[in-house]
Amino acid sequence: MRSALEASSGAGRGDVAFKVLAVGSGVTVLAILALITLSTAWESWPVFQQQGISFITSDNWNPNAGEFGARAFIYGTLLVSLIAIVMAVPVSLGIALFSTEIAPRRVRGGIGYVIDLLAAIPSVVYGLWGVLVLAPNIAPIYQSIADSVGTWPVFSLFFGAPVSGTSYMTAGIILAFMITPIITSLSREIIHTVPSPQREAALALGATRWEMIRGAIFPWSRGGITGAVMLGLGRAMGETIAVALVIGSSPQITTRLFASGDAMAGYIANQFSEASGIFRSALIALGLVLFLVTIVVNVMAERIISGFDRRMQQA
Amino acid sequence: MSDTSTRSEPAPPEDLSAVLVASMSARRVWKNRLASLWLYTSVVVALIPLGLVMFYVVQRGSELFGLSFLTDDIPVSRRELGPGMGPAVVGTLVITATASLMAIPLGVLGAIYLNEYGKKSRFAHSVRFMSQVMTGVPSIVMGLFIYTIWVLTFGQSGFAGALALACLMLPIVIRSTEEMLKLVPDDLRQASYALGNRKWRTILTVVLPACLGGVTSGCMLAVARAAGETAPLLFTIGFVTKANLNVFDGPNTALSAQIFRNASVPFQGPQDRAWAAALTLILLVLALTTAARWVSSRFATAHP
Repeated sequence: MRSALEASSGAGRGDVAFKVLAVGSGVTVLAILALITLSTAWESWPVFQQQGISFITSDNWNPNAGEFGARAFIYGTLLVSLIAIVMAVPVSLGIALFSTEIAPRRVRGGIGYVIDLLAAIPSVVYGLWGVLVLAPNIAPIYQSIADSVGTWPVFSLFFGAPVSGTSYMTAGIILAFMITPIITSLSREIIHTVPSPQREAALALGATRWEMIRGAIFPWSRGGITGAVMLGLGRAMGETIAVALVIGSSPQITTRLFASGDAMAGYIANQFSEASGIFRSALIALGLVLFLVTIVVNVMAERIISGFDRRMQQA
Repeated sequence: MSDTSTRSEPAPPEDLSAVLVASMSARRVWKNRLASLWLYTSVVVALIPLGLVMFYVVQRGSELFGLSFLTDDIPVSRRELGPGMGPAVVGTLVITATASLMAIPLGVLGAIYLNEYGKKSRFAHSVRFMSQVMTGVPSIVMGLFIYTIWVLTFGQSGFAGALALACLMLPIVIRSTEEMLKLVPDDLRQASYALGNRKWRTILTVVLPACLGGVTSGCMLAVARAAGETAPLLFTIGFVTKANLNVFDGPNTALSAQIFRNASVPFQGPQDRAWAAALTLILLVLALTTAARWVSSRFATAHP
């Protein structure tokens, strides 16, 4: 006791120093985000100066002629993310509901482990599997869909030829694998916050399990799940390596899902090491656009989720 | 359970409504079954990619995997068959370790600021919000960022890659550590103050040890995530075929970067090496993830 008192007397300086260290670490986060914005904006300035707004509105991308219109890449990023969301959301919600509403405790732990494993596989491994296994094996399936469904009116817009194993669709499928864990674990947490009396009340009124889910769980967690899906969308747009390997690397704006395309992050990964001069600036500018878009999506998602948290705490 | 509850509804008084209710019930039961089918199918659907990816990585990767694969130099000619990924194993280990040495202390201190000093202040709120936003910054953007502020001046090195990885790890460490600090009961802090401990001593000798298990497990997950990252390393570390133990000087390489490089090459040798490297990387990441789960479950009951 005495020694503790002695040790701490005159240790006010220790307190100040430690606090400065802690605050400094907090400031680092803000500093890094500010530096990312400034340094990439600085390096990409020549391109914005030359292209102006046409950098994002034009789809004329020709590095050799010094023309940089990135619309095809922006379109590709949005399209593959959309495909991934459309496929991942029903599955993720299903798993989240299964583990909160049906699974016994032991199975729940197992599902958690599977989701963790799915999240732990590095994206480059998904990419390797996607380009060497999935793409060659799925091309015949695309072909037969294109030959049947792809010949109907309207459907031909999305499923018609040309067909390629490395395509928007393949990239979307791989991305769906990769964003399923994050949407699942977030929505599972959100569904977990639905108070049990609400479930029990619905069941006591004679609701089936599905009616309980629709009447008691969905209204309560809709906002939070929207946030989780948006966070998944942000992840999908920023995902680089797997997309770089399986998207086919030929930028084009088409509604045909089985056609090759390209996306912002993947294009940067494939081209940057050989780029120089204004082309390199253009790639950094592409990164800046990607950064800003994902920041907007993430900020919106975090706003929704944190607003939801606050409601939870008040309830 | 709820299936039976719908069937055992009390019979309504009139015949007509009895028919209505009966037909509605069938519809409800059917809908309920369809919904259950959806939930069960989702779990199976999630297992398929996991199973397939694991199967191929183990099957194709085990052909080359072995001691000589982990230690030999990378063949200079791409057409060459046979093992050799030693420099990449070394690179992954030293680069991830360097990144951890930067990100973990900084992240833990940042979390201490948020939970012990800033709490609900406006500034702490914005730091918390920004670190959550930072979690979503695409990894390739981190690579471009380090390229513009570091590589353009100092050139490619393992350290540049470690900087980019540290930027990715930082928000993960902050987030998980803050969650753990929140769980430490205030009684412990007050007891420590009552014994005359200063705040910094309280934090270092009472609060942190009380949640060490959770903090360690969170950090291990962050390390696992960093070890598998590729995009931040692509333009920051360069390429070598011989091991480079010096992170600060000269180009380096890593398992993930090698897999990416070899995946799209149409030759047998590089593809085999990519699969075996993928197996190595997955084993490393799974070991870290499983150990993190073990640590957190082992120490979860250490405090109420």
